[in-house]
Amino acid sequence: MAWTREQMAARAAQQIRDGFYVNLGIGIPTLVANALPPGMTVSFQSENGMLGIGPFPYEGEEDPDLINAGKQTVTEVPDTSYFSSADSFAMIRGGHMDLSILGSMQVSEEGDIANWMVPGKMVKGMGGAMDLVAGAKEVIVLMEHVEKSGAPKLVTRCTLPLTGTHVTDFVITDLAVFEFTKRGGTLVLKELAPGVTLDEVKAKTEAKFEVGLA
Amino acid sequence: MRHKVYPDAKSALEGIVSDGMTIMAGGFGLCGIAENLIAAIRDLGPKHLTVVSNNCGVDDFGLGILLANGQIKKMISSYVGENKLFEQLYLAGDLELEFNPQGTLAERIRAGGAGIAGFYTKTGYGTIIAEGKPTREFNGQHYVLETGLVADLSIIKAWKADKEGNLIYRKTARNFNPMMATAGKITVVEVEELVEVGELDPENIHTPGIYVDRIVVEVGAEKRIEKVTTRKREEVK
Repeated sequence: MAWTREQMAARAAQQIRDGFYVNLGIGIPTLVANALPPGMTVSFQSENGMLGIGPFPYEGEEDPDLINAGKQTVTEVPDTSYFSSADSFAMIRGGHMDLSILGSMQVSEEGDIANWMVPGKMVKGMGGAMDLVAGAKEVIVLMEHVEKSGAPKLVTRCTLPLTGTHVTDFVITDLAVFEFTKRGGTLVLKELAPGVTLDEVKAKTEAKFEVGLA
Repeated sequence: MRHKVYPDAKSALEGIVSDGMTIMAGGFGLCGIAENLIAAIRDLGPKHLTVVSNNCGVDDFGLGILLANGQIKKMISSYVGENKLFEQLYLAGDLELEFNPQGTLAERIRAGGAGIAGFYTKTGYGTIIAEGKPTREFNGQHYVLETGLVADLSIIKAWKADKEGNLIYRKTARNFNPMMATAGKITVVEVEELVEVGELDPENIHTPGIYVDRIVVEVGAEKRIEKVTTRKREEVK
């Protein structure tokens, strides 16, 4: 059985270490905050200008001045700080974030990420993704293994406009976990979701990878 | 004696908006936007505007109302995914768009206001963002040259101001507002609360008054929330 979105998030949460400062992207990565093992001190950063994001507010206590990068209403925690978006990206670009977890449309076998544009079809923009992949100490991509059409998302070379080159450290999909030996290095299959076979992953992956299952 | 306080948004912008100008508009999504000033720009009607703002509001609110009114020629933004009209106009070729990575946009504005002509960043190296821009290697890493950005007018939103224009922002409504305050040839601020000089703690001013030319007190703001997300009390153990 492939992992659910929640299980993917839980698997990604295992990569987080006590004391980490972490930025979570929109979509499945947002679920990682709810999957942290208890007892860990982890601060979540929101690139609009907040470090220390609390849970969603109680109904009726939403504050229009207090949102995360996904524009969702959130709350403070005791160690929260606010700052401008310039300071926020100084934090990100300057290499102070331990981990960035983000979604993607494609990841190449060299760790290139494409997640912001489908020419002629979808115009959303990169938001902070280009800065995050360029600046975070570690980058985890959390995405479905294949597109709705069945096309692989782990590809030889990204066909969509790039977000960054040689920037991925881990890829966690609904089928498997992959790790790059280093930035721009070799892609290695480390783990299969329960009941998922190597043959299935091979059939659904275009990118070249080595098998390094424990 | 400086006179920075204007009775309303329209009088603060009258005579300083014109066709073809570049306007920086503070805010992230609908958070920390100058609602009264945006409405006044719609009413005053300048056209062919270049607007620098992280987003472009939603279809019927925020900067979206200038888009719907046909006043925007070009946007410089990092993310416009919340606005269907934007996508339609852009894909039809009726709107120019320059995407900047969010951190690059923030830093370009900061640099512009600080008199810095350009800076090198790793962000966007090897992507279409870097096309046509000089690149350079520092300590084995590749960087892209980005330029500082200024505007004819900045419209920003703050929580509190004194009559000298010293500003304090509230929570994540700060976002792009402090940098934009510094990068506008003229900066107009819309505030929730205006106090006398001396009533704000000088240790806690976010934007010093030197950057602020005109002040209006916000009236009847909707402060719409783009995505209300909550938890139920009974779920809490």
